[in-house]
Amino acid sequence: MAANNTPVPHYLKPLLDTPFHARARVLSQNDSFVPWAGYSTVDVFTTAEQEYFAIRNAATLFDLTPMVKYRINGSDAERYLNRLVTRDVRKLKVGRVSYVVWCNDSGHLIDDGTIFRLGPQDFRLCTAERQLDWLLDSAIGFDVRVEEVTEDIAALAVQGPTSCYILKKFGLAGVERLKPFELAEFDAAGRPVMVSRTGFTGDLGYELWMRPEHALSIWDDLMAAGRTRGLRAIGSQALNMARIEAGFLMPNVDFVSAEHTIRMNRDRTPLELGLGWLVDFDKPHFNGRRALLTQKASGLRRLLVGLDVDGNKAAHNALLYADEAGNHEVGSVTSAMWSPTCKRNLALAILDAPHHAIGSKVWADIYLNRELVWERRMVAAHVVERPFFAPDRRRQTPPADR
Amino acid sequence: MTSPTPTSIVARYDVIVIGAGHNGLVCATTLARAGRSVLVVEAAAEVGGMAITRAFAPGYRVSACAHLLHQMPLALVRDLSLAEHGLEFAATGLPTTSLGADGATLQLATGGTPSAAFSPNDAAAWPAYHARLGRFASLLHGMLAAPAPRLGTEGWSDKLALAKVGLKLRLLGRRDMREFLRIVGMNAYDLLEDEFKAPLLKGALAFDAVLGTNFGPRAPGTVLSLLYRLAAESAAGSSPLAQPRGGLGALTAALARSAKAAGVTIRTNAPVAQITVAGDRATGVVLANGTEIAADRVVSSVNAKTTFLNLLGTEHLDTGFVRRVDHIRSRGIVAKLHLALDRAPAFTGVARDALGGRLLVSPSLDYLERAFNPTKYSQFSAAPALEITVPTINDPALAPAGHHVLSAIVQYAPYAITGGWTEPSRRAFTDAILATLEAQAPGIGASVVGCELLTPLDLEQEFHSAGGHWHHGDLALDQFYMVRPVPGATQYATPMAGLYLCGASCHPGGGVMGLAGRNAAVRMLEKGA
Repeated sequence: MAANNTPVPHYLKPLLDTPFHARARVLSQNDSFVPWAGYSTVDVFTTAEQEYFAIRNAATLFDLTPMVKYRINGSDAERYLNRLVTRDVRKLKVGRVSYVVWCNDSGHLIDDGTIFRLGPQDFRLCTAERQLDWLLDSAIGFDVRVEEVTEDIAALAVQGPTSCYILKKFGLAGVERLKPFELAEFDAAGRPVMVSRTGFTGDLGYELWMRPEHALSIWDDLMAAGRTRGLRAIGSQALNMARIEAGFLMPNVDFVSAEHTIRMNRDRTPLELGLGWLVDFDKPHFNGRRALLTQKASGLRRLLVGLDVDGNKAAHNALLYADEAGNHEVGSVTSAMWSPTCKRNLALAILDAPHHAIGSKVWADIYLNRELVWERRMVAAHVVERPFFAPDRRRQTPPADR
Repeated sequence: MTSPTPTSIVARYDVIVIGAGHNGLVCATTLARAGRSVLVVEAAAEVGGMAITRAFAPGYRVSACAHLLHQMPLALVRDLSLAEHGLEFAATGLPTTSLGADGATLQLATGGTPSAAFSPNDAAAWPAYHARLGRFASLLHGMLAAPAPRLGTEGWSDKLALAKVGLKLRLLGRRDMREFLRIVGMNAYDLLEDEFKAPLLKGALAFDAVLGTNFGPRAPGTVLSLLYRLAAESAAGSSPLAQPRGGLGALTAALARSAKAAGVTIRTNAPVAQITVAGDRATGVVLANGTEIAADRVVSSVNAKTTFLNLLGTEHLDTGFVRRVDHIRSRGIVAKLHLALDRAPAFTGVARDALGGRLLVSPSLDYLERAFNPTKYSQFSAAPALEITVPTINDPALAPAGHHVLSAIVQYAPYAITGGWTEPSRRAFTDAILATLEAQAPGIGASVVGCELLTPLDLEQEFHSAGGHWHHGDLALDQFYMVRPVPGATQYATPMAGLYLCGASCHPGGGVMGLAGRNAAVRMLEKGA
């Protein structure tokens, strides 16, 4: 054991540990750690199914410290962000959070993320990928300061039907009054915690933002507060199941950042990803606006949609066809799962026009590996509305005591 | 010329041209002759931009930037009736004399032919070299008077223009095409070493390859800048190296008269504070005094950086485009020294008739490269290379009787030097230039009665050119033709509807050529302006 306590030189261990690593290490029954944005994070603690059911039926802790965070302030911060993202940041009130996407000049998506408005000209931008060069180049001509603060802030998602109860018991008096996409500062026994009613599960849930030095004690106190409410730590696999049900997109799974695509036609616009509701053409100029207007006028050649696939075999990576014979290829699946909660076989898929209209029927070419014998099935799939799963409790304020 | 109106006025023009330099005036005149109502707004008190003549010491006048005219097409001069509007030449077809360290000189007549007496070897090599570069330059010169094609479009006009360039290249024939492709990305140093022996000749020829660039003669791409200069001179179609009577300001004064005759309104002392935008379209300008002027289209002869980053504002542009604009290399490298002299300078080995021409202090390739070296470390040249004219030899009216003006283009003077352009560093640089002059013209220091040094920083402040760059950005392979000033703003249109560019930032670039202004106007009219 003594050898394990010797600090490992950084060049031998390029992945960072999050401030919660000591707890994750103990709870991880599978020792299944995966890299995420330069950090070592848990893929699955026990089984993905067990953790998934905790999201939908109890409460969960998920370490989202590796989420890249930027502090953006200065007298032009609002104007700067309004030019950066496709939504109208002027409409975002102090103390609110907004889900946003941003594009390059050709209107192709670079990344999605959330903006937290901490003050009139003080914001936090959370992103999946590192963006500093794009953010700094976007700052040319603006009085704004952009600073990466990922390592300065530890973050935990507390998600699930009993999450509000647990946070109250943990000591966050009044947390039940937070509306969806609202944020507030709390004092948890001398430890400042910012809480936002946000998350990636489509369920009732909160995200806690704290100083790294308070990370372990807050984890312990939350675990103690959640003992009678089924609170458990979860890894990224379970979260991925929940986000598909919620219809949320995963970068590098459902789209590739336009900054990383190499081949022609692999980048996607927000309109093509079904995120047109995030694009506000009535606000002042923003990156990609002119290109998106052109695309809007000429119509979408492809669209990301939700699919309800017949049968119960997840359509992972399936090619999609207009005909059962599989002669006319019209798209492919980007994410797929059998949804235990919806009892439906779900998928997110990119489909060519005109097959992306709600109600359209396409055929999914599903390959099944049955003890090393591959079987192929051509299964009907139907374009349906997203999200697939949207319980009332995700919006209810105050949430019911569970 | 009217003075600025202090209050808001309701005026509306078809086109507002920002900047009354030669390109702005050519653009304005071309548009006005096509029936458009055109207003030119100029920040300075006089028209002319960087092509002006002004006093630098009491009684002494000089062309403040460029001091010779060698690239403006004769066809353009005729078309704009500049002679009728008062343009006269004090001298044309000026010779170039390359000054050596030891009093040796080499005279290059118009067309550049070195005298056989100087170096029989080089005189023999000259005709083939000159003819070959002439053919290559003519390949480029057809490109100057038309918009550069855009890359990556489906447009037939773009593809056709590219195909034409390819065809012209192919029509050079196998040997010439190979040779062109071999040397076009090469450096002038190696090319001239291959061809010639005499250091004075090589130094003088290399000077033209690096004039106005952030390059020494060993930098790749300097053959291209040499060919480009030759192309512009051959496109000019007259005897190059001319001296307008009254300096370069006389040219722009004639351009302004031609513009007014065509119906253009010119307002001086009218700096633009902002290009106005409504509904994602440029709608006019706001002057520094608050006056708003509306127009259907705005065309800026100001450099691309200032136009987009300052006058328009980055909030109206996409990040990728702004990034490209911000990366335009436009740090000036050329300084200007003006001397008022109480007698004619006497350059060793230079006869009186040659004194009226162009004198170069670039006695060898290594001298020029050594002059460049310090710029890499943010220092000015300790022994700079010079292009000297004594305009009063041909045009005595620029100075009091019997007195003279010396105008020197000085390379290299970085825009930003270590410690900044302070009084001591300006003094030290002036001394270095004067020492270089003294070696060529002993006693000249004692005849100096007035002196003005313009560093790139001074040029930026006086002429509003970002970085103080004479050409609004280096003319190099990565800022040339199809990518000048940046992709997304080629062909004089910009991402902002209603806003155009017509200055030296655009193809075909800097030099007192006027083609950027002419091309821009033609393009705007084609596109329905």
